[in-house]
Amino acid sequence: MHIKQELTERHVLTLTVDNEAGTLARIAGMFTSRGYNIDSLTVADISEDHTTSRITIVTKGPPPVIDQIIAQCERLIPVHKVTDLTEAGPHVERELALVKVSSVGDQRVEAMRLADIYRARVIDATINSFIFEITGGPEKIDTFVALMREVGLVEVGRTGIVGLMRGADAS
Amino acid sequence: MPEKSGAEILIDTLIEQGVDTVFGYPGGAVLPIYDALFQQTKIRHVLVRHEAGAAHAAEGYARSTGKPGVVLVTSGPGATNAVTGIADAFMDSIPLIVLTGQVATNLIGSDAFQEADTIGITRHCSKHNYLVKDPAELATVVREAFTIATKGRPGPVVIDIPKNVQVATAATDVKRLARTRFTFAGEADYTEINRAVELIANAKAPILYTGGGIINSGPAASEALRELAELTGAPVTSTLMGLGAYPASGEAWLGMLGMHGTYEANMAMNQCDVMVCLGARFDDRVTGRLDAFSPDSIKIHVDIDRSSMNKTVRVDLPIVADVGTAMRQMIDVWKGRKYKKHPLDQWWSRIAGWRAVDCLSYPGSTQEIMPQYAIERLFEATKDKAPIITTEVGQHQMWAAQHFHFDAPNKWLTSGGLGTMGYGLPAAIGAQMGDPNALVIDIAGEASIQMNIQEMATATQYRLPVKVFILNNEWMGMVRQWQELTYESRYSESYSDSLPDFVALAEAYGWKGIRCDDPAKLDDAIAEMLAYDGPVMFDCRVHKTSNCFPMIPSGAAHTDMILSADQVSGTMDDEAKALV
Repeated sequence: MHIKQELTERHVLTLTVDNEAGTLARIAGMFTSRGYNIDSLTVADISEDHTTSRITIVTKGPPPVIDQIIAQCERLIPVHKVTDLTEAGPHVERELALVKVSSVGDQRVEAMRLADIYRARVIDATINSFIFEITGGPEKIDTFVALMREVGLVEVGRTGIVGLMRGADAS
Repeated sequence: MPEKSGAEILIDTLIEQGVDTVFGYPGGAVLPIYDALFQQTKIRHVLVRHEAGAAHAAEGYARSTGKPGVVLVTSGPGATNAVTGIADAFMDSIPLIVLTGQVATNLIGSDAFQEADTIGITRHCSKHNYLVKDPAELATVVREAFTIATKGRPGPVVIDIPKNVQVATAATDVKRLARTRFTFAGEADYTEINRAVELIANAKAPILYTGGGIINSGPAASEALRELAELTGAPVTSTLMGLGAYPASGEAWLGMLGMHGTYEANMAMNQCDVMVCLGARFDDRVTGRLDAFSPDSIKIHVDIDRSSMNKTVRVDLPIVADVGTAMRQMIDVWKGRKYKKHPLDQWWSRIAGWRAVDCLSYPGSTQEIMPQYAIERLFEATKDKAPIITTEVGQHQMWAAQHFHFDAPNKWLTSGGLGTMGYGLPAAIGAQMGDPNALVIDIAGEASIQMNIQEMATATQYRLPVKVFILNNEWMGMVRQWQELTYESRYSESYSDSLPDFVALAEAYGWKGIRCDDPAKLDDAIAEMLAYDGPVMFDCRVHKTSNCFPMIPSGAAHTDMILSADQVSGTMDDEAKALV
């Protein structure tokens, strides 16, 4: 007997939650305990009175599992609202990455040139290194990081994505 | 404004919430609460002998009374011992408030004596939990906890209270900002109700598949179910958790469905054209093999919890609502449209054919007590006394579900979802505390009963006349049954060796002990048990190798039931072995 694998879809979920101790553990732990995937997760306080946070989770699963994930999130007491951006329609996704490269000579020039093409900003420089700051969709960042591997990539820090619905309405 | 200690605020708020009984066990981190308990008279404290017993007793109390059960235990081992009961209540949707002591806030995280991360441990087996760091927040937290535990789909809520928060004082009028945005499903959308009623009215082979949600919704829901069944003429089956919602003596009753359900219930589920799932959740014990589960039916699912919808079985019409309210709405629509009961003669005659199989029959014996016979005789002797039956987990539990018949809700208390051995005795104690005049019987197995047998002392202390009826076959019978079916009878560790003398044990605890191994003397022995005004342990020595049938084997469809022992095969493929 072999373990069966199912076809999965990538979905971006945003959750509005109470900003209180344990909320993140409750949500992240629910994913673990029910065997759901988390590709990335970001969280930050978003309200003026610091009572509400917004969590963006990128997850993968077959459509019925995605539906269960949303229902299970909604069941948690501190969760006010769950939106499936992927399902809801046009939306924007952005991620920020810091990319450190160390190289000299032609490679250093090439790194700088590629950064310019990708509209990455230099936020730290030494004689033999740069840190680039780049924002964009996850694919753009993936591509940029892949290019940097060729020209002296040292390390990468990524935030995971945040997303909003396009248009005037709140998601 | 005078200030009060956290412990006093806690007790005041419990009283305000209508709590009159608490099941608990003292310890270092809850001493201030126990001192506050000592100085009041409105709350009875029931001292259990192990914290697992406290949680199960509170469950028994909650299930039989419909009120939330309250547990009070200390930090560390007190809390971890209660975890099984919390998980059990979570699976079976039982409202509990579990108060746990915690080390002082300044010691949290320092590996202090009797420190455990109770919030972390209970996070995913409770509906919600709290760590209270300020006595000023206690009253609001407790009130909120009662709301969460009892509204919507009920469940356990844990409140972890550090010792210094119990001692520190706060003004009693300080209010933590209570959450006001709770929404709990109530009434169903009328478009959905109309659609459901049309489907039922036009069905040629409908079935009502009912579950524990109806019991949880309250007695009015059971009333609504009876009326709905009468109006529609549809047959009724139930999960293990829902027994009693529809009377077993009712005409439309097919018996329990699922792995050890009746042939007629499972065949009707398989062959129906419209399935109305009312407060049940398509559990794997009910569905059997999913791709063969009721393949041709339109499925309506009423559940208070949105996450139950489409979790395992895709349904055609999900209705998120309180099941009692939704059934009442269906009745109103049915009557409003003046629908007539559909002539379901063909359907009922097919059901009569399945009933004729007589799937619950078993080989009789004049030499030995057959376990099924023991349950039948116990039922006959007690059916006019409206008994509350609790069980442990295993063969005896399934035999009780099959051969004991329930006509009213809240009379059948069993660990369904988690399947917790050791549940029945403490649950019986809790139920007896909830109704001192009720006849409460724990139908047990000789293996399960040993898992919380220390609670016999609790019954003795509070003079609770609970009866423990042990079907003693000297085996962990359900384990042995599966080993027979799946592992060619390699009985790995399933023999109940070194059993205590249950009669002597009963007497040691101040109970009455009765032993019976003769079918001819069984009725008299049961009568003796019932006549005794105090706790009784009944060691009923039954036929040792009986197995529980009918049975849908692991990974099989409803139509592939094993009806008797001679149909049992010796092994299974790996796919089936991998299923629970």
